[in-house]
Amino acid sequence: MGTTLTAGDLRKGLKLEIDGEPYLIVDFEFSKPGKGQALYRCRLKNMITGIQFDRTYRSGEKFWSADLEEQDMQFLYKQGDHYHFMNTSTYEQIELPSEQVGDATNYLIENLVVSMLLFQGRPIGINLPNFVELKVVQSDPGLKGDTASGATKPATLETGFVIQVPLFIEEGEVLKIDTRTGSYVERVKA
Amino acid sequence: MKDHIEPAEKRFFLELRSRLIHTVRSFFHDQGFLEIQTPLLTTAPAPEPHIEAIAAAQGRFLITSPELYMKRLLAAGYERIFQITPVFRAGERGRYHHPEFSLLEWYRANADYRDLQKDCADLLRTLHRRTAHTAPWRRGDTRLEVDGDWLRYTVREAFLKFAGWEPGPDVDLDRFDVDLVEKVEPHLGFPRPCILEDYPANQAALARLKPGNPSVAERFELYWAGIELANGYSELNDPEEQRTRFEDAIEKRRKAGLLPYPLPHTFLESLEHLPPSAGIALGVDRLVMLASGAGHIDQVVAFPPDPVDPPAVEARSPHG
Repeated sequence: MGTTLTAGDLRKGLKLEIDGEPYLIVDFEFSKPGKGQALYRCRLKNMITGIQFDRTYRSGEKFWSADLEEQDMQFLYKQGDHYHFMNTSTYEQIELPSEQVGDATNYLIENLVVSMLLFQGRPIGINLPNFVELKVVQSDPGLKGDTASGATKPATLETGFVIQVPLFIEEGEVLKIDTRTGSYVERVKA
Repeated sequence: MKDHIEPAEKRFFLELRSRLIHTVRSFFHDQGFLEIQTPLLTTAPAPEPHIEAIAAAQGRFLITSPELYMKRLLAAGYERIFQITPVFRAGERGRYHHPEFSLLEWYRANADYRDLQKDCADLLRTLHRRTAHTAPWRRGDTRLEVDGDWLRYTVREAFLKFAGWEPGPDVDLDRFDVDLVEKVEPHLGFPRPCILEDYPANQAALARLKPGNPSVAERFELYWAGIELANGYSELNDPEEQRTRFEDAIEKRRKAGLLPYPLPHTFLESLEHLPPSAGIALGVDRLVMLASGAGHIDQVVAFPPDPVDPPAVEARSPHG
């Protein structure tokens, strides 16, 4: 359980626990009509489902900050449909089903350290480093003579993720990938 | 909130603010109003259920409004008075709220709220005309206009039209406030200012009830581009009725766990001599926002409030 808050504490960016789930205040407006009472108008986003809705609160209402914590976790291995991580502080291990890991599965290679968002100790989100380095395991050779700048071809990375790369990339090379866009950045010299 | 304002932008806002205030003063002086100053420290703020005074030392409070002092001057025989004064309200902070803001208040003896509505039209048209060459007078995509007829709704008409129900004299104030903010206000004052008048009787602590229709008070709010700009009314001048309302407000505050302010005895005694009058408070900072197109009140004052009582830093694990 997080700390107790009053309506006067509400502001954009604050994270609340409502009905047992974590919410982020993505938009906030203070209103006070005429001689009326203060109203705190919030757009809330469920941090697990992403669903947003508007709610107006009045003074006197009580809130709880969401018990959230970020923790560095090292990816150890994948077994079946589960991804195993180790808490780099406590060495405790946890496993997550792939649907909860989401798009991060495209970039997870052994020993990669990610920042995991925990709600009441339960993982609810993974923040990847902005850049990761992944090896190309399959890519057809580029067509000879096709030198048009910007021409690309598909390449399969060691995680199974397929991205578009320049024609000169060969199998076995290591590439720098931007995890925010899922795009090729550059070739990493071996 | 805009934390880092370009110096050139700040200068534009402050110069426009100065020009508007100068024009306001000329407007009232030209009509024979007396500019006055009343105390900023008081022992008895007007007892209202939802306005929180900031306590100063020695049992005093910073004023939340100069209203009680202004009306004591009316009672003493001053017939046309105005002032521009800082006022202070705890806990009011947002895009349109600064805990220390400026009010323009003016009062007329032998007048009622309809006379003030005419003053509003004359004043805003004058301000618009005198600053139109430099001030954008915009709100988002709306170019603000002053000429032509302004819409006027009673509270009952506006709620029927925009919220789909009719507030009676003992309306549930929670429902009223939420629907006013969410459903009614967003429609008011595009592109010309709009008047919302005749509030339910339970929402006018210091206003006179309408002669012939005591279910509403002779109170109005001036809205422009969805923003509440001014609140005015025909003044209640019955000391007994006023005392009863204050006692009710103090009791409400006590029940809500708020500080029960002392009764303002000197003010109540002065009401014996208050002629039929009308008075209004207009938010100067919001006026500058409308003229300048500023999106946040902090843009139109020289400095934002110093941060106090910052939100507690969230505890993190030593490894976090």
